[in-house]
Amino acid sequence: MWVPKPGVWMLAASAVSCASLIPSTAFAEPVTQGAMLSITCNGCHGPDGKSVGAIPSIGGKAADYIEKALLDFRDDKRPSTVMQRHAKGYSDAEIKLMAEYFAAKK
Amino acid sequence: MKKKMNMTRRKFIKAGGAVVSSVSLGSLFWPMTSVGLGGKPKPRVVVVGGGFGGVTCARFIKKFDANIDVTLIERDAQFITCPFSNLVLGGLRDINSITYGYDILKNKDGINVVHDEVTGIDAEKRQVKTKSGKAYDYDRAVVSPGIDFLWDRVEGYSEADVEITPHAWKAGKQTLLLKSQLDAMEDGGVFVMVAPPNPFRCPPGPYERAGMVAHYLKTHKPKSKILILDAKDNFSKQGLFTKGWEALYPGMIEWVAGTKGGIVTKVDAKNMTVYNEAGDPIKGAVINYIPHQAAGMIARSAGLADATGWCPVNQKTFESSLLKNIHVIGDSSLAGELPKSGYAATSEGKMCAAAVVTAINGMEMPNPSYTNTCYSLVGPDYGISVAGVYRIEDGKITAVKGAGGVSPADADESFRRAEALYASGWYSSITQELFG
Repeated sequence: MWVPKPGVWMLAASAVSCASLIPSTAFAEPVTQGAMLSITCNGCHGPDGKSVGAIPSIGGKAADYIEKALLDFRDDKRPSTVMQRHAKGYSDAEIKLMAEYFAAKK
Repeated sequence: MKKKMNMTRRKFIKAGGAVVSSVSLGSLFWPMTSVGLGGKPKPRVVVVGGGFGGVTCARFIKKFDANIDVTLIERDAQFITCPFSNLVLGGLRDINSITYGYDILKNKDGINVVHDEVTGIDAEKRQVKTKSGKAYDYDRAVVSPGIDFLWDRVEGYSEADVEITPHAWKAGKQTLLLKSQLDAMEDGGVFVMVAPPNPFRCPPGPYERAGMVAHYLKTHKPKSKILILDAKDNFSKQGLFTKGWEALYPGMIEWVAGTKGGIVTKVDAKNMTVYNEAGDPIKGAVINYIPHQAAGMIARSAGLADATGWCPVNQKTFESSLLKNIHVIGDSSLAGELPKSGYAATSEGKMCAAAVVTAINGMEMPNPSYTNTCYSLVGPDYGISVAGVYRIEDGKITAVKGAGGVSPADADESFRRAEALYASGWYSSITQELFG
């Protein structure tokens, strides 16, 4: 069985210590800040933001669309039943991360 | 072959934050401890309880790190959701439409689902024991057993009386029993509901139930009445419920506050009578007695609960404050300002999964973020909601100021209709994520 040399382990250790550097096809979901902010939205918007019911899907939508929607909900520029109450909980930077997260769910 | 991999790895790290898709990379060095190199065993997580919290946590642990061995122990072969069980009482849904199996967890996620009852958790040996005599070793355990009832908080009542005055606060047989009692009730009868004191599972639940029962009665037995004897002086979404009841079921629902005679101190199930503090007898044709509650029995017997009967935890990781390597989520936990709802349990399950996976892999957990949305149906086309966004502040889960809140008081019919539709949309989404 192939065993990695010590140098390889050092590289590996430095990569592991960076939370965002998580390779992923073997692991469906990296533990990133964007994921932490976004996965609770699935409760309404469905797994990976893909909704089978009445609530709109957001998974796979363009990042700038999601970002603008959240900003407009937050800043009372777009009407909604519940989204403005949620969007007001997030900063510009967080909204950007969430938009990127869901846009990647193609 | 080695050289090729080293180059790819260096390129990957130089990319500084870009995620590189490579099965060989992933399985070689992430996550190191769980790959089983050199014969090292896979980390094991045992999840106790297959409800909103437990299922979510188990599935997300697998999503975050498929190499972790996850065992989910759930007593029942099927899960019947408490959310939307009120709609069964209202005649809007069939119980089969809120019933789910665990096959997808086994077949798609590779979770070892065991249908057995957990009888003990040995925190020293890190072992969960079950009724059938089996023992499951864990590196980390997640306990999500929901609630259990305190039978001794009123006089005259014992657990056996649930067959006469059902709580229907755990869905399934109790839901069907209460429904059958409503079906058998004569027109003009009084449906008495005894609503519990805080804290309890699902704060808006009793009041959604009142509206759903009112819908059924208005349609089939219009002379009937609903009386809510509440241990509390106010309740979740009270303004909205009250306004909705007046609009849809005028004169049908009466709510009695705790300090105005609503506190029930004695339940005489056999004589279908409850008594308040003043000793007034209140008879009901159907009595829905919802008892006082505490954390699921297994959490308490394992030493995870404090004097309140609920489980204190580190509110970032949900690790128990009392026993190491055991996380408690869902209704059983003391989760700061998060309500005891199914939605909150799924939020907690996700954050807890991240905590468990990063702990096992020796990594820093990113900052958690929690949300909750509770939809309630006042009537089939009349929905209301309460929402919240939460962060950790000084170690406590705290609602973000300026965010969240309830549906507007002055919303029009189309708004209420939209929220009723979104209520069922929420239900479809969350059950899809849990069991689909």
